[in-house]
Amino acid sequence: MDFPSTQFVSSRTMGTYEPIHQIGMWGENFKSISNPNISASVIVDVANKLENESETTSHEMLASTSKHDQEASKPFDKIQRRLAQNREAARKSRLRKKAYVQQLEISRLKLIQLEQELERSRQQGLYVGGGLDTGHLGISGAVNSGIAAFEMGYERWMEEQNKQICELRSALNAQISDIELRILVESGMSHYFELFRMKSSVAKADVFYVMSGKWKTSAERFFSWIGGFRPSELLKVLVPQIDPLTDQQILDVFNLKQSCQQAEDALSQGMEKLRETVSATLASDQMGQGIYVPQVAMAMEKLEALVRFVNQADHLRQQTLQQMSYILTTRQAARGLLALGEYIQRLQALSTLCANHPREPA
Amino acid sequence: MENPDPPSMKEELLSLHIRLLAPFTGSSKSSSPDPITEGFEGGDFEDLAIFGMDKVTRLASEKGVVLFSKSSCCMCYAVKILFQELGVTPTVHEIDQDPEGWEMEKALMRLGCNGPVPAIFIGGKLVGSTNEVMSLHLSGGLMPMLKPYQTLC
Repeated sequence: MDFPSTQFVSSRTMGTYEPIHQIGMWGENFKSISNPNISASVIVDVANKLENESETTSHEMLASTSKHDQEASKPFDKIQRRLAQNREAARKSRLRKKAYVQQLEISRLKLIQLEQELERSRQQGLYVGGGLDTGHLGISGAVNSGIAAFEMGYERWMEEQNKQICELRSALNAQISDIELRILVESGMSHYFELFRMKSSVAKADVFYVMSGKWKTSAERFFSWIGGFRPSELLKVLVPQIDPLTDQQILDVFNLKQSCQQAEDALSQGMEKLRETVSATLASDQMGQGIYVPQVAMAMEKLEALVRFVNQADHLRQQTLQQMSYILTTRQAARGLLALGEYIQRLQALSTLCANHPREPA
Repeated sequence: MENPDPPSMKEELLSLHIRLLAPFTGSSKSSSPDPITEGFEGGDFEDLAIFGMDKVTRLASEKGVVLFSKSSCCMCYAVKILFQELGVTPTVHEIDQDPEGWEMEKALMRLGCNGPVPAIFIGGKLVGSTNEVMSLHLSGGLMPMLKPYQTLC
């Protein structure tokens, strides 16, 4: 078949423009999915489509050109044949497009799954893989190092704590002067204040970590109230071990215990309200996709309030220690600190025993 | 005083506010850029902050226990519960529901309340935020201050 070359060229040009445009569109979508399985089949599909499209379009152009130039002489069935080829090519193209879209859907689901796994891992303080969003790399790196630093610091803190307990015990038995005892009491209190500072720091990185009390033994966690001991409970446990107290002291301690309880109740109720708020925020009825939905972002804001509560609870513990140091004599305070330290040691021993002596089923 | 709103008292109030705000105006442009106030001239901000301080001091000087709060703030809720337990009904101002809430927030921060809520005033005097209230309560100093305003026997 001889056709004017200019027409042929133009049809070719026209034929090749459209598929590239379409592939350009598909290419954009394809770039965001780094699934090697899909790339091979897509390239094949796209290559085929390119071929088909140019065939189809040039066929159309050829058909119309042929109709124009030689409408009288060309047999009817040749036109029919070409139309049939067109239809066939179009049908194949549609099937390939359907297969491609299906692949896209599967990849999308895989991506959502990966995002969820990543979020879960990040919240557990582990960072798995990378590349999805370099911005997140920095944040979870900070959380990791914040928690790691805290755990290292706590190990040192515990060593120092046990040393101080031994010193207190021998000091009280040895009947040293009040001035020397005062130094031990002051350093004991400062040591607790140091722990509260460490907790405040890691709470900024991961407040749920502090709330869970992960760094503590299981028995300690059993008594946990907003990331630590309930001050009024400690007073109940320890004061009997600081006998004898004067009447004034008994009254003062009683008032302190009552104030603690009132403050604790208020904070507990505030926490309950916060739980309800976070829960309601996460559950709010909105159409969303995947896990990066507005609800999660809004819930993150509420976590700022949780940090406040954690800090407030530690502040309460600190104030309780402070007030006790004012009410008690140096010797009594030393005995109180010793009792507290030993109480924690016994809880830790209980956890270890529990873990190593599982009960036999009856 | 002849009229209900004597100009001399207003002038006094204004001069007091200017003195309170003096450390924060003019040269403070270079320090801590506040996205909310960026683009404001020093003069504009002074006026707004004065409005906020004006309202805060007026509300705070009401008799009894005054609590500046936000309806969404759970710590404010905790402080409300504490006062309830102590037999006191504070006058609560939810600044997130107040048309001048932003100015009041700025004023409270100027007064040293980092929250800025909850902010507690007793008998017109600023007690502070949750920290101060808790410390005061544990030291036994809160109850005597609340005694005149207790509603339950």
